[in-house]
Amino acid sequence: MKYSYYPGCSLHSVHKGYDISCRSVLNCLGCELKELEDWNCCGATIYMSIKRTTSLAIATRNLAIAEKEGLDVVTPCSSCYTILNKAHKYVKNSEELLDKVNACLSEVGLEYNCTVRVRHPLDVLINDIGLEIVKLHLKKPLNGLKIANYYGCQIVRPDKGFDDRENPRSMENLFETIGAEEVYFPNKLRCCGGMLMTTYEDAALKLSEEILDSAEENGADCIATTCPLCQMNLEAYQQKINKKFGTNHHIPILFFTQILGVALGLKEEELGLEKNFYRCEKLDEIYKGSLVNESL
Amino acid sequence: MKIAEIQIPGMLSRKEADLRTAFLNSVHLIPGGDKIKACIQCGTCTGSCPLSYLMDITPRELVALFRAGDIDSIIKSRTIWVCASCYSCQTRCPQSIKVTDIIYTLKRMAMNRKVYPKKFPVHSLSDSFIKSMNAFGRLNEPRLMVYYFIKTGIWKGFSFLPLALRLMKKGRLELTAPKIKDINGFRKIIKKAQEFDMPLEIAARAYREEAVGYKAVG
Ligand code: SF4
Ligand code: SF4
Repeated sequence: MKYSYYPGCSLHSVHKGYDISCRSVLNCLGCELKELEDWNCCGATIYMSIKRTTSLAIATRNLAIAEKEGLDVVTPCSSCYTILNKAHKYVKNSEELLDKVNACLSEVGLEYNCTVRVRHPLDVLINDIGLEIVKLHLKKPLNGLKIANYYGCQIVRPDKGFDDRENPRSMENLFETIGAEEVYFPNKLRCCGGMLMTTYEDAALKLSEEILDSAEENGADCIATTCPLCQMNLEAYQQKINKKFGTNHHIPILFFTQILGVALGLKEEELGLEKNFYRCEKLDEIYKGSLVNESL
Repeated sequence: MKIAEIQIPGMLSRKEADLRTAFLNSVHLIPGGDKIKACIQCGTCTGSCPLSYLMDITPRELVALFRAGDIDSIIKSRTIWVCASCYSCQTRCPQSIKVTDIIYTLKRMAMNRKVYPKKFPVHSLSDSFIKSMNAFGRLNEPRLMVYYFIKTGIWKGFSFLPLALRLMKKGRLELTAPKIKDINGFRKIIKKAQEFDMPLEIAARAYREEAVGYKAVG
């Protein structure tokens, strides 16, 4: 299986751990990732909220480049995932927009014909690779690890994608396959505050606090996330949240690929675990434990 | 075009009529955008919104105001700045109204018409973001934050320093800005696209700047 890989800006800086672990895990499971040639920032929700044609044109530049390769685009960043999908949908829906965008792209000899599929690694893991294959590669079952599976807003909403929009089960199924336990976690789709953390901190801190609280109350050892922004808000702002609300949260926030990687027997540096602020002790124990499936 | 089917309230001020035209033109480009006329005022959107308690106009009221012919009030509300774009309202709306996308449209209209209190953080963040992106084709977070704090107040930046240091210790801060190879081509695309966005902006300027009646949040 071969894919175009679109890391997005944050995976090249603040969230290197996600980038590294995502590549390692998918490679380990037999996928070949080819980084999209000279990709540019998708524009995120911010650009979208200011300039319509411009934001669509820059997002579509990436899709047009990918179209030439003829591969599905895989992007781990939830925000990039939504924006690229949205750009695709907008220009596909409206000839007026498509013409405008193509007029812009023709300046550099590109054209978009609306044939690219934008995928999330979680989708690829469940629907392309399949849990059977994941099981075959399992080296360190995550027995006893209790995970709060946090999806955030952008990968299951707004449109029907690869999972249910009210109660997605992809991560739960994935982790169950590799031996981990899910905890009851009603906040799994609740908003963490997103960009409000920069523009309206009080509101965002409260939203994030509710998520941390719900996970800890239900006995989770860690929160698994799919979104760089959620990871940032929940992890890096934990101190601030504790200060503001007088709480004592101390819960590691890991990317789902990092947890999966440990189960696949990958090394710490292949998963960027050292980049997280909080270590998950349970996961570290499993990491140091012996392999069960030596034959692989 | 379906816009004609949407009832346009009878007595509109000139300003409101302009806003309405701009709004409808923008909304009809949203896939499924014309569904706005099918709102049954059930309040599911407001009930699903994790931030409605901070809004002066709730998502349901927003659609109601549009139908009553008062877009002017909406773009002066704090609602559009408080929305975190979580898509809960849009996903649950029984009438498939694209509430979040509509809020984007309104936000864009407000920004184009410069309707926001001075130093409004959302606007400052967007400006900084666009500056950083147009220059390099990719985003550099430290640079974005520096631009942002210059606009909103340096003292805020200082409260951000401890976090920056922690990130740096973990090797998570990239200080040199990444740049795409074909930056010249990228700028050409943007220049061309701005020509398309321009007429909208010129139309937007006809709208009188007015003070907004609340203080900046955040
Ligand atoms: S959920 Fe949809 S139909 Fe119900 S009030 Fe909101 S916009 Fe109207
Ligand atoms: S998208 Fe905005 S208005 Fe809709 S539920 Fe989320 S925060 Fe509320």
